[in-house]
Amino acid sequence: MSALASSNLTGQVGLLAGRAVRHIVRQPAQVVFPIAFPLLLLAVNTSGLDAATDLPGFPTASYLDFALAVPFMQGALFAALNGGQDLARDIEGGFLDRLALTPMSGAALIAGQLGGALFMGVVSALIYLIVGLLIGSGVAAGLGGALVLLALAVTISFAFACLGTFVALRAGSGQAVQGFFPLFFVLLFLSSAFFPRDLIEQDWFREVATYNPVSYLVEGIRSLVITGWDGQALAQAFGIAAVMIAGFLALSAWALRTRLART
Amino acid sequence: MPDDRSIQVSGLVREFKGGIQAVDGIDLSVTGSEIYGFLGPNGAGKSTTVKVLTTLLPPSAGTVTVAGYDVAREGAKVRASIGVALQDVALDPMLTGREHMRLQAGLQGVPRAERATRGDDLLERVGLTDAAERKSSTYSGGMKRRLDLALALLHRPRILFLDEPTTGLDVQSRTALWDEVARLAREEGTTVFLTTQYLEEADVLADRVGIIDRGVIVAEGTPAALKEEVAHPTVEVIPRDPEGCAAIGAALAPFGEPVAERGAGSVAVRLRSGADQLAEIVRALDVANVTVAHLALHEPTLDDVFLAKTGRSLEGAGDGSAEGSPPIEPSRREQAAA
Repeated sequence: MSALASSNLTGQVGLLAGRAVRHIVRQPAQVVFPIAFPLLLLAVNTSGLDAATDLPGFPTASYLDFALAVPFMQGALFAALNGGQDLARDIEGGFLDRLALTPMSGAALIAGQLGGALFMGVVSALIYLIVGLLIGSGVAAGLGGALVLLALAVTISFAFACLGTFVALRAGSGQAVQGFFPLFFVLLFLSSAFFPRDLIEQDWFREVATYNPVSYLVEGIRSLVITGWDGQALAQAFGIAAVMIAGFLALSAWALRTRLART
Repeated sequence: MPDDRSIQVSGLVREFKGGIQAVDGIDLSVTGSEIYGFLGPNGAGKSTTVKVLTTLLPPSAGTVTVAGYDVAREGAKVRASIGVALQDVALDPMLTGREHMRLQAGLQGVPRAERATRGDDLLERVGLTDAAERKSSTYSGGMKRRLDLALALLHRPRILFLDEPTTGLDVQSRTALWDEVARLAREEGTTVFLTTQYLEEADVLADRVGIIDRGVIVAEGTPAALKEEVAHPTVEVIPRDPEGCAAIGAALAPFGEPVAERGAGSVAVRLRSGADQLAEIVRALDVANVTVAHLALHEPTLDDVFLAKTGRSLEGAGDGSAEGSPPIEPSRREQAAA
């Protein structure tokens, strides 16, 4: 890629990411709900399930510490949903055609779209962490661990945003993107998000949670909060997020080429 | 050396999934600074043609050059040379008018130093300066159309494509848009390719008109030449007493063919020759001893041309309104999947 093309691409990404961020900021529902709902659920679960920590083998004495990873995952799911719906609206409303009639590259469209999700990922991860610390949780891995936790949370959020982008480009409708949302949540509930895998009594549930990649994303974040530095858990979480990003970016690029039939 | 303001189309075919042939081998040539009106009913293939000419859809067959570039092989160069306002005004409801201009200017590669001035100039030209800081979701239909036109002009395109630009506009907004389009061609030398289903729009605005029906161009020429070539004036007579219609019909019969679609209580006949028959017609009515309340001579319209070429009236000749009419032009999703 020439320096000029590279500079054009950067400019295009900047413009489109700026637009995506404006969309988020100008729709309070896209900010308030994705941040408030996971924190509310955290409060409910923490007060209701604290007795679970008495079970032999439970990895921590504080259910708050155990459950703190969940808001990060829910925030990522909301980012995927909102970003995907925004893109689907562009497709349905014809704005994508307007963009396609400019010299904009497909890579810039996808990157710009994901810029908004990245912004939301950073803001929400910071809020979850700060609220978690304020209500009595901690990060066993210390300050460095907190920074890695933020990095992992943003990476996971980005990975799910890539998934949302792919779904939007393939389906081309906001309703279809919305339809995927319960599926995302089923994945979360069938993971080790709310209970340690080795304490799940039902064989089928434990089996599903073991094969569910979401379990390893949650456990990566959780390890920094309750264990300290766990190289394997972090490698698995970052690895799965990286595979998701690579895979869904490639699929998104393909879906965009299919949708934009421009010459 | 390619003409950087022309459009050349030869044997263009665009087929969709299921064998739907929206455009079936059309040829056309638009020269620089010309306003070319592409007229036809809904589903005739107008928008599909525009999408091919503007690189949004690849042609299935045929060759198309726009601004001297092949649309199939040099899409990016074509896009840099053209401005497009599509049929559905596509604006971002979350952005203000000025933010639209900035985004479009940046994506079109307008030099940074010129972006603000150019955007503000265009907003002023289309009368949106006062609304520039409002989100487009608060704009009326006419304001959205005007912003759409300003966005299409931002990078000073040599060729402007307007796909049914006045659909849904009130008379005042429509006239303002016509004035601006005419000014662009006259003062800036912009070539304008305009699709419309409004006869008056093509008649008033276009230097030349191509009439498309069922994917095929059925007539092409200046509006005056087309009307001269195909149609003859219509004389319409309203008797003072409605009972006189039969007598008037009989008196007018020798002069031409009756026109069925005129209103009740009137008799209309499309003359076999020109308006010079009028004196004879008046004498025939006098002989028939009918008291005439109103007599008018209607010049031929482009609808008469369409009627002569296709056997149907253009108004109401859209999808599903005529026997054997073609399928609706495929949706955006179907087009993408094709």
